[in-house]
Amino acid sequence: MAAQIVFIVILTAAVYLFGKNVAKVRRNILLGRDVDRSDNPAKRWGIMARVALGQSKMVKRPVAAILHILVYVGFVIINIEVLEIMVDGIFGSHRVFAKPLGGFYSMLIGGFEVLALLVLAACVVFLVRRNVIKLKRFSGTEMTAWPKSDANYILITEILLMGAFLTMNASDYKLQLLHFGHYATAGSFPIGAMIAPLLPNSTEALVITERVCWWFHIIGILAFLNYLPYSKHFHILLAFPNIYYSNLNKKGKFTNMDSVTGEVKAMLDPSFVPEGTEISRFGAKDVTDLTWKNLMDAYTCTECGRCTSVCPANITGKLLSPRKIMMDTRDRLTEVGNDIDKHGKDYNDDKSLLDNYISREELWACTTCNACVEACPVNINPLEIITEMRRYVIMEESQAPASLNNMFGNMENNGAPWKYSQSDRLNWALNN
Amino acid sequence: MELIIPTMAQMAAEGKQPDILFWVGCAGSFDERAQKITRDICKILQHVNISYAVLGTEEACTGDPAKRAGNEFLFQMQAMMNIQVLDGYNIKKIVTGCPHCFNTIANEYPGLGGNYEVIHHTQLIQQLIDEGKLKAEGGESFKGRRITFHDPCYLGRGNNVYEAPRRALEVLDTELVEMKRCKSNGLCCGAGGAQMFKEPEPGKKEINDERMLDVLEAKANVIASGCPFCMTMLSDGVKHIDKEQEIKVLDIAEITVRANGL
Repeated sequence: MAAQIVFIVILTAAVYLFGKNVAKVRRNILLGRDVDRSDNPAKRWGIMARVALGQSKMVKRPVAAILHILVYVGFVIINIEVLEIMVDGIFGSHRVFAKPLGGFYSMLIGGFEVLALLVLAACVVFLVRRNVIKLKRFSGTEMTAWPKSDANYILITEILLMGAFLTMNASDYKLQLLHFGHYATAGSFPIGAMIAPLLPNSTEALVITERVCWWFHIIGILAFLNYLPYSKHFHILLAFPNIYYSNLNKKGKFTNMDSVTGEVKAMLDPSFVPEGTEISRFGAKDVTDLTWKNLMDAYTCTECGRCTSVCPANITGKLLSPRKIMMDTRDRLTEVGNDIDKHGKDYNDDKSLLDNYISREELWACTTCNACVEACPVNINPLEIITEMRRYVIMEESQAPASLNNMFGNMENNGAPWKYSQSDRLNWALNN
Repeated sequence: MELIIPTMAQMAAEGKQPDILFWVGCAGSFDERAQKITRDICKILQHVNISYAVLGTEEACTGDPAKRAGNEFLFQMQAMMNIQVLDGYNIKKIVTGCPHCFNTIANEYPGLGGNYEVIHHTQLIQQLIDEGKLKAEGGESFKGRRITFHDPCYLGRGNNVYEAPRRALEVLDTELVEMKRCKSNGLCCGAGGAQMFKEPEPGKKEINDERMLDVLEAKANVIASGCPFCMTMLSDGVKHIDKEQEIKVLDIAEITVRANGL
């Protein structure tokens, strides 16, 4: 009975805390400007099924894709087992599904065990890739101590959780063979049976092992759940809405700024009266100038670095790294959110995403080639953020590099980015 | 072939309406290398008897480099002035030799009131080949060459046009090879996003030099392109590795003209 109360208290606290932190992330995301992504639900569900559920964009890197799909499928399926653990924890039962499901239960447990072992193996390979082989994709200026530790914490936690799950099953299995207490035969434990010989023979020690692993496994899962909102691992949840709300337009199509359209129309036609839409700022200086989708992108980023590894600017040694753009956006947004919690809604810390986080040199290195957008497995768009910040630098600050100002001047004066007269525009036809 | 290049103004004066407007673009109008490609596109149009015209001195920059650089004001000014001209001539269909013009007019003008059917010249060439109006005979043979196609970002990733330019090359009796980074994984030439008009930010190397690694690895001796900016960057890249004799950079339109002896 005491164990049940402890379990219920821990479970309630974990769910409450998680809910509170998710609400905070949601509030932060909604600090962004509005953008309508409610159109075309059928198409959006389709993309979500293909890209999130089906992980279609992962396959470009087959090794990572196979390892990732193992962990992903393992994670989703093994969570069915967590359902049983919850019921057992609340009602004080033991393997409550074993009897009603019979042979099917045995099959399920067998499947979970095999998956658990595969997840464990995949996580070990992931750790080796990051820490021993040191793949280039996982380094870079933005990959400082915390992002690197974050990745390792996630992998180590998953290894520990899977280890506990398998050890729990192994001790349970051994107790079942001994027909001890309430440990009724529950089916085959393919991996547990292999581990069982390594465990002590005393029933007392086995019960302790089984219980310790059971508690470690479920408390570990609940703790991990609460780690998610602070971690890049949050992608396991946000990937789904983030892909649902993907940009459905062609990648080459940039947004037309409505706030500019009115003013341009008034310039070309003095009789035109623009609608009185008050616009606070052209482009983005800080995270609150970006759209909520840009901000959701930032929280969804799992720092895999596929974007940066295909960025022509980054490949050739420029400062720009699309992954850094996303991480900076997230870190700045977290800072803004924390400021709101501490000092209220209107607090101004005299900092901004531009300059305090992202430098102009990074912005001007972008070729707008869309390689980063194409590469992202969860449909994040770093290019939109870069473009919005360029808009701020150009239209609010007039701080374009001199050569670009020349180009603008030429376009204004003679309708071409170069200094050629518009009246010479057909000269190519003369000398053929 | 003697080129007759009609302008919209002339046509309108004669009370005629062409089937398609050839949007030349700034590079196609002023850049010496691109001018040659412009004339080749005209040769193709004339060869297959398509009724077309150009805007000539009434054309102005689409505003693409201004928009990519963040100057939305200038972009919309250019766009609205161009839309006025296009609508004034009642233009419905446009072909262009520049993926940047193509992307801007096709995707960004509709929001500002300019609605046209826009195709890139490689799509037109593909269409003509599929209809049997254009072949690869009577001209230069590309036999024994190794041709690779460099995907322009605003044609490929930007608008998912990957097959049309390749189709134009498939009709040649030649060896087509793909670079390691091709199609949706294609590497930018380095000119997009208004980089064409500024010095690159400091780094280890130039992007077009990085692209040359792919060209050399594919052992291609012809780089086919479909964008005047890519043309400049790739030609410079070939120059940097001192392979101007061995490796030629040619636009799909130039290859088509040569193969047909136009």
